[in-house]
Amino acid sequence: MQPVRMMNPVQAIDERSSRAERTLPPTVFWRISEAIPQPLTWGLATVSIVLPLIVWVMITATKSVDPLFLPTPVQVIAALQRLSADGSLTKDIGFSLFRVLSGFFCAALISIPLGILMGAFASIRSLTEPLIAIVRYMPAPAFIPLLILYFGLGELPKVLLIFIGTLFFNTLMVMDAVKFVPKELIEMTYTLGGQRLQVLLQVITPYVLPNVIDAGRVNMAASWNLVVVAELVAATEGLGRRISVAQRFLKTDEIFAGLIVIGLIGLTIDLLFRLFQRVACSWARD
Amino acid sequence: MHLEVSNLHKQFQTRQGILVALKDINLCVETGEFVCAVGASGSGKSTLLRLMAGLETPTAGEVRVAGRRVTGPGPDRGMVFQNYTLYPWMNVSQNVEFGLKLRGIPAAKRRQQVSYYLEVVGLTQFAKVLPRELSGGMKQRVAIARALAVQPQILLLDEPFGALDVQTKEVMQQFLLHLWQQTQTTIFMITHDVEEAIFLSQRIYVMSARPGTIQREFHIDLAGDRTYSIRRHPQFQDYRDEITQLLRGKELESAIVTEGASV
Repeated sequence: MQPVRMMNPVQAIDERSSRAERTLPPTVFWRISEAIPQPLTWGLATVSIVLPLIVWVMITATKSVDPLFLPTPVQVIAALQRLSADGSLTKDIGFSLFRVLSGFFCAALISIPLGILMGAFASIRSLTEPLIAIVRYMPAPAFIPLLILYFGLGELPKVLLIFIGTLFFNTLMVMDAVKFVPKELIEMTYTLGGQRLQVLLQVITPYVLPNVIDAGRVNMAASWNLVVVAELVAATEGLGRRISVAQRFLKTDEIFAGLIVIGLIGLTIDLLFRLFQRVACSWARD
Repeated sequence: MHLEVSNLHKQFQTRQGILVALKDINLCVETGEFVCAVGASGSGKSTLLRLMAGLETPTAGEVRVAGRRVTGPGPDRGMVFQNYTLYPWMNVSQNVEFGLKLRGIPAAKRRQQVSYYLEVVGLTQFAKVLPRELSGGMKQRVAIARALAVQPQILLLDEPFGALDVQTKEVMQQFLLHLWQQTQTTIFMITHDVEEAIFLSQRIYVMSARPGTIQREFHIDLAGDRTYSIRRHPQFQDYRDEITQLLRGKELESAIVTEGASV
């Protein structure tokens, strides 16, 4: 009797599925982890930029918000022209870029080799990870008072802030990338006669390069956040400084102009990173 | 004697206690010989190969290659893994060249060597192609060429065709046999495929599982050329039946033991 009873649940499932139709309904927009047609991609990308612009124009046109707080797009463009005409925009961009790039570059110079060493050697990891794990939870802006106390109001504290803010995250991201290097690839190299240093430089480093560039992209965005923070607190020039001065004089159009410039520069740097990744790691393209 | 494994013992510390992976392994491979070890999963055959390669250290016993005791991995023992282990950012010829580069061999010599081994594995016209554009069988050919290019004393193969489809596998077996005859390389290979082992090797060690030991040694004497049709030869089938029986017997036995234990 028992075998017959054991078949019953199977029959029950059969009946249930025939009663309720459970086929996956077709869709284009909601396909999980799949590509959408090219025209749709561009269409949606345009919407994501144009729609907020339209909303902005409509709000300012109807004057539903005090123009003092929300300038019209035309006013913002005028502010941009004004600022670039007297050269202050170029100067601000120059200072902010210098701070971001030098802080980021120094952080990369240390974090990439350190991250690779930490990822490759459990010994180095044990030696450094506890400290880094604590320090990285200290918000970088919280270091500003100390940096000002130690280094005054010059360029050094600002560059250092970006350095501190980028260093630890970048190190840990590079370390994680190294953990994904297939062990067999490393062992293979040993059996070909490779020494440890060769494995580090000629196998692990090229393997993680695409991920290192990705980590750089992410942390470059963090650097831009920090430069504005640093300039809001203490600076005589720079995009963050421009915004905080504009606030004092209620020049909202200049605040908007500054924000847009920061966004555009960030986007440009992001695209440059992607381009670099494409050129340097064409093998990793999917 | 070329490669010699004596009284090899390997155990691992696991959470469940000590796991004996290999026990009292004694075997040898003569110069120019093609030897296979067959066994089911859990027979420790991969561990055995890793010990030979020097990627693991034995708990007791030793491995000697050309009289020298193995203490770590080195270019005298070429290795081919089951999974494709090509360097994805290097093209085919750079992959083959890499071992020579690591050892500081001058560029002119390297180029010569690379073009010879690409010719041997029949991939000359794919020299500039990246690994991701190759089929599984081609990837393994590159891996074999790369291992051969450093001119090892012995080639260690870890189920090199395990991930290939049946048709490609047959082609690759024929290819490997031909390569062995052509280059007179000493080869030690592990596999779970009994037919593959008989087809390729002169000698077979049959391993049993838990703990991994060598159960029996077979000398494969097959009359005539080894081509695909030899698999239908009664002699071939006798070997196959005997080895399969041996493996199956042990497998059943251990299955029964485990079941008995769990009740």
